[in-house]
Amino acid sequence: MRVLVLIPGPLRQTAGNQARLEVDLPEPATLGALLDHLAARYPLLDRRLRDERAGLRRYVNFYVDGEECRRLSGADTSLGPDAEVRILPSVAGG
Amino acid sequence: MHLLAIGTRKGLWLATGEDRTSWSLSGPHHPMTEVYAIAIDPRRDRPRLLVGTSSSHFGPTVVTSDDLGATWEEPDHAPIAFPADASLERVWQLALTPDPEVVYAGTQPSALFRSEDGGRTYSLVEGLWKHPHREQWGEGFGGQAIHTVLPDPADPLRLTVAMSTGGVYRTFDGGSSWEPSNTGIKAYFLPDPYPEFGQCVHKVSRHPSRPERLFLQNHHGVYRSDDAGATWTSIADGLPADFGFAMVNHPHDPDVVYNFPLTADGDRFPPGGECAVYRSAAAGSSWEALRDGLPDGFWTAVMRDAMCTDAASPAGVYFGSRSGEVYASADEGDSWRRIAEHLPDVVCVRAAEV
Repeated sequence: MRVLVLIPGPLRQTAGNQARLEVDLPEPATLGALLDHLAARYPLLDRRLRDERAGLRRYVNFYVDGEECRRLSGADTSLGPDAEVRILPSVAGG
Repeated sequence: MHLLAIGTRKGLWLATGEDRTSWSLSGPHHPMTEVYAIAIDPRRDRPRLLVGTSSSHFGPTVVTSDDLGATWEEPDHAPIAFPADASLERVWQLALTPDPEVVYAGTQPSALFRSEDGGRTYSLVEGLWKHPHREQWGEGFGGQAIHTVLPDPADPLRLTVAMSTGGVYRTFDGGSSWEPSNTGIKAYFLPDPYPEFGQCVHKVSRHPSRPERLFLQNHHGVYRSDDAGATWTSIADGLPADFGFAMVNHPHDPDVVYNFPLTADGDRFPPGGECAVYRSAAAGSSWEALRDGLPDGFWTAVMRDAMCTDAASPAGVYFGSRSGEVYASADEGDSWRRIAEHLPDVVCVRAAEV
């Protein structure tokens, strides 16, 4: 199945200067599986999004079809066909 | 050309100048990242800047520049990564060694990493990470970190580190085994004020020509060791306060050391709000205040890595404040001038001729 990933401006350089990535994933898929898939191709993007334990960085939000993943199942959130994952830095920093 | 790298809580600034009296400032480099660790290696064909950055959004990393900050390089994969039970929060120290390819990094959480490619990528020093004391190392307000790494300039197997809290540890076998080295250092905040380990050491420094002599600023207490850290004796007499963070050696004279006293743990300002660097020309046996050119009403502080010297002669001395000011002396601390202001909190400065 195909998933759309929207990359925020500050991270596009780590994703081949792309704002949108279309990713083919085997079903069933989760957010974590999507990030694993992206990590293989864009390792620098991955470590901006996750630490070395694959933990989601605290101040990066992942909206799965409009809902922030931490209100769902975090990295275990299921992705359906044609899911949209919008990555957005959260409000943080002084 | 002289280079002063200024790490702040919101990025890196680079000051350059030919005569150390006028400086031009560029920055912010890596804006909105905390820059707690900087090393400048002028020994390479092209001088290398190594910088530890940490973004509140996108995490910590180490970047390098071989063109004095015009461009920066960062490996795709994390240059510093913990094993499965921890994750890197911040790089607190980047320490060069006599071998330009070998660089150490001290991190939060408290761990030591070693690079053998000039500071681009690092591997964990397992012997310290697996030390049985690790579970008992604590943290201060700044976080649990190894903030001081002192490779022995004469023996690559010997290394001294300091952490808050935990204290001083030494290895004599290149990092396989480590022993605490805190005899004489007080931990007033513990039931046993002289424990084997657990001290909140703020900074340790030494001169390369006398590696057996160490100077230490503690969380209350200023000490010297003449036996490579085996034992410590107070050198606080003559200072207006025994609290502070910074401790820096003169680049050429092993008897000269610089300190920036703060009143107390509960009063983290220079005494009376008078900005003053203290210099000892006698290895801590006596101290003199250096205030020529420094302000009154200085209600701020100088952090543990926010003071440094360069390698020039006469020596340059530099410090930055949490209020975003940077002061420089081109005459060993006798007189000072402000070379930057209105920066974010300065947490690290490093200087070199490049």
